Amino acid sequence: MITQFIFRALDKKAIWAVVLLLAVALLVPACNLLVPPGSPFHVPSHFVALLGKYLTFAMLALALDLVWGYCGILSLGHGAFFALGGYAMGMYLMRQIGTRGVYANPVLPDFMVFLNYRELPWFWHGFDQFPFAMLMVVLAPGLLAFVFGWFAFRSRVTGVYLSIITQAMTFALLLAFFRNDMGFGGNNGLTDFKDILGFSVQAPSTRSALFAASAIALALSVLICSAIVNSKLGKVMVAVRDAESRTRFLGYRVEHVKLFAFVVSAVMAGIAGALYVPQVGIINPSEFEPANSIEVVIWTAVGGRGTIIGPIIGAIAVNAGKSYFTGALPDLWLFALGALFILVTLFLPKGIVGTFAGWMAGRAPSRAQHNNAPRESGRTGGTQILDAKPEPAADLKPEPAE
Amino acid sequence: MRRFLPVLFAFLTAVFGLPVVAQQTTPADLKPFVDALAPGGFPQREAAVTALAATGDERVPAILNALGEGNLYVVEATGDVGFATKAGAGFAITDAATSAPLGQFAKGDIDKIKVNNGLRRTIRTVIGQMTLLSPDRGTRLSAARSILKNADPASMELLQSALAAETDPEIKATMEAANAVITLKTDASLDNKRTAIETIASRGGRDAVTILNAALASAPNELKPAIQGAIEGQARDRAAWDVAQNIWYGVSLSSVLLLAAIGLAITFGVMGVINMAHGEMVMLGAYTTFVVQNLIRMNFPGLFDYSLFIALPAAFLFTALVGVGIERGIIRWLYGRPLETLLATWGLSLMIQQAVRSIFGPTNQQVGNPNWMSGAFDFGGLSITWNRLWIVLFALAVFAVLQLVLNRTALGLQMRAVTQNRRMASAMGIRTPFVDAMTFGLGSGIAGLAGVALSQIDNVSPNLGQAYIIDSFMVVVFGGVGNLWGTLVGAVTLGIANKFLEPYAGAVLGKILILVLIILFIQRRPRGLFALKGRAVEA
Repeated sequence: MITQFIFRALDKKAIWAVVLLLAVALLVPACNLLVPPGSPFHVPSHFVALLGKYLTFAMLALALDLVWGYCGILSLGHGAFFALGGYAMGMYLMRQIGTRGVYANPVLPDFMVFLNYRELPWFWHGFDQFPFAMLMVVLAPGLLAFVFGWFAFRSRVTGVYLSIITQAMTFALLLAFFRNDMGFGGNNGLTDFKDILGFSVQAPSTRSALFAASAIALALSVLICSAIVNSKLGKVMVAVRDAESRTRFLGYRVEHVKLFAFVVSAVMAGIAGALYVPQVGIINPSEFEPANSIEVVIWTAVGGRGTIIGPIIGAIAVNAGKSYFTGALPDLWLFALGALFILVTLFLPKGIVGTFAGWMAGRAPSRAQHNNAPRESGRTGGTQILDAKPEPAADLKPEPAE
Repeated sequence: MRRFLPVLFAFLTAVFGLPVVAQQTTPADLKPFVDALAPGGFPQREAAVTALAATGDERVPAILNALGEGNLYVVEATGDVGFATKAGAGFAITDAATSAPLGQFAKGDIDKIKVNNGLRRTIRTVIGQMTLLSPDRGTRLSAARSILKNADPASMELLQSALAAETDPEIKATMEAANAVITLKTDASLDNKRTAIETIASRGGRDAVTILNAALASAPNELKPAIQGAIEGQARDRAAWDVAQNIWYGVSLSSVLLLAAIGLAITFGVMGVINMAHGEMVMLGAYTTFVVQNLIRMNFPGLFDYSLFIALPAAFLFTALVGVGIERGIIRWLYGRPLETLLATWGLSLMIQQAVRSIFGPTNQQVGNPNWMSGAFDFGGLSITWNRLWIVLFALAVFAVLQLVLNRTALGLQMRAVTQNRRMASAMGIRTPFVDAMTFGLGSGIAGLAGVALSQIDNVSPNLGQAYIIDSFMVVVFGGVGNLWGTLVGAVTLGIANKFLEPYAGAVLGKILILVLIILFIQRRPRGLFALKGRAVEA
């Protein structure tokens, strides 16, 4: 049963992606650590960290794709799960600082000494243990997604309404984490990390290891997502996306399917966040900004939602563009990002990968490659609110009364 | 003779009562009175102080204050009285009366003019007397307030004479309160004291409770119930006014939410489109106000008070045009795909923000309040600012006009028809694309109007819209899109709930609570309070 599950996951594209990611996981650290700095093949350390960051973003985009591309749930709050995972990791890293902080308090992190905390808040206990912290990386976003999703899907909050309340969720968390007395470092967040598992976070070897971990985590995510969408459950997910009411009438428990996808996706986002934090060295409440979550949506849309490798390509491409623009032409970045949102939704609704696959399918009509991509009509099942206009067929379009 | 004159004057003053404002004196005239402060013992000094005060010169309070604080010195050699400032090893003396420098003196050459408690009291009284009777209104008011605060029984007589002469109602009220407070401290008759308690209670405010509490401790037993009652009454009044003030803040916030959300509700209701660039329309409206005001400042400064009336149509037209442009250019290609519309309009909002940032710069722009919108007034225990009041009225006016447009015009009829059943409306010959464009234009135009109003109370910066967009969503989601009443109820509920949670939970936690409550509320009513019912819902 399990083998069958895994076997199904290994469709051709997923295999390519996994192999490529594993190769990158070996190659980039090797080029960083083994190739001498003068060589053209040397990858500088800061570049390793940057690539690692892109990979965690790709994982976040893939997580969003699982719910949006395959299940029709447009979450505008996935950044919250990412940030929660990040905070769990950040809390572990803070506890590792120990007496090396500015105030040299063996138990309390610097910001708590600064804010006159007498003792560690209860929710900080246990975070000095790596396994516990990792458990929390999975549990915190997973639990939030479970509770939130259970309420939302059970009462059939769909479409734009769901998007708006996910945005409200991340906005509420943003406000909460900004508060100093929440005990998460307030405005400044958690930073100034020293060690992870006893290795210095700044050391090139640690960075390479984190990069490799990100690549492997992403490869695993690809496998899991691929396995899910190719399973029978995955087919039901797609059915929920395209015709929610009909799926329900056929006897499937739509809420359970959605909840499953939502929780898996949130956990994946949390792990991505946990890998992100040690590579960038800081986690603060701005990660909860609704704008960040919406940006994730555009990565997914650019790459191609409803495909496994699309979000990965989209996340890396958009972020590479962002790194370039914010360095070279900072004023133009928001124009470019805004234009990207508009152009992709107008002209490239299936994203790079979906369009490319469609083009390939057009050349080789025997192979229906993109049957997982969302249907052209865009009638994303029960997601339309009120009487969202179906795309009127030409013959239905009324002529203006003269 | 020179030293005798002030003493005589003091004697005369004592005999004939308080002098009315004395004639204008020159510094030279003042000098003998000031110099008379130095010699003799305390009784002579007291007489000299009274005499000095009787001159009514405006410099006297400062001199007497210096005396009371022990900053007045006499030069032993000449008998000149002056202020001392440390200079090198000794002191530099300035003549107190003429302000002329008297030169440097060693510490041994000058003497501090000594005062005792009795003299200090006299000084306070005469200063109070001079200021309480000063022709300047501000001086009198602050003197009355300081007497109210200190409530020294010694100043009672003085206060009463000033009270008799006072005509300004505000000062008079303060003096009466002070008189009442002092009465409580003296051994006046019980009846007088009862009246005094009533006077204090009717003045109200937090001070009244403090005063009454202080009086309670020393009051005779017969008076205690009266004071107790007055204190409780005060607490009740205070609580009621606090509630009223909270309601007012809530109403004010509601009006802002209503303005920001109502355009969103229309486009969402009719087209099923969440316009993420709605906040940017608000921002464009605010910037239109800024531009209009700048043009008026440069060309017709006299019209500044009317600038908002010019900005309103300008902002409406401009944002409505932008809105129609957005609908024709982007949104109409995305009908039936609400989630994609959401993304495209979000992208648009980023571009508009950046465009405004490039043109006007990222900093806040100065938008002025016209005269009739500045300032505040008291209404009972409430403090109401004019700009908030006008915005509340404006929001209601916009709401009423919009109701009229929706219910009484052909366009409104068509919009409602399209909201209820797009295909049927289309089949009946309504040009739905036209209605869509007009609806979007109308929604955006109203956002522009909201921007004009918000420019009066908020910072006009490129991020203005972002601050309101999530709140507006909450209002729309909470109220539902069935009709505009939903938006009104949503805005008022959220606004007032927000302001009532704030005192208990703090501003941020209050907001979080509201968000959580809305998320929970959506579970019960997934389509808001005033949802459309029937077939239209699942069309």
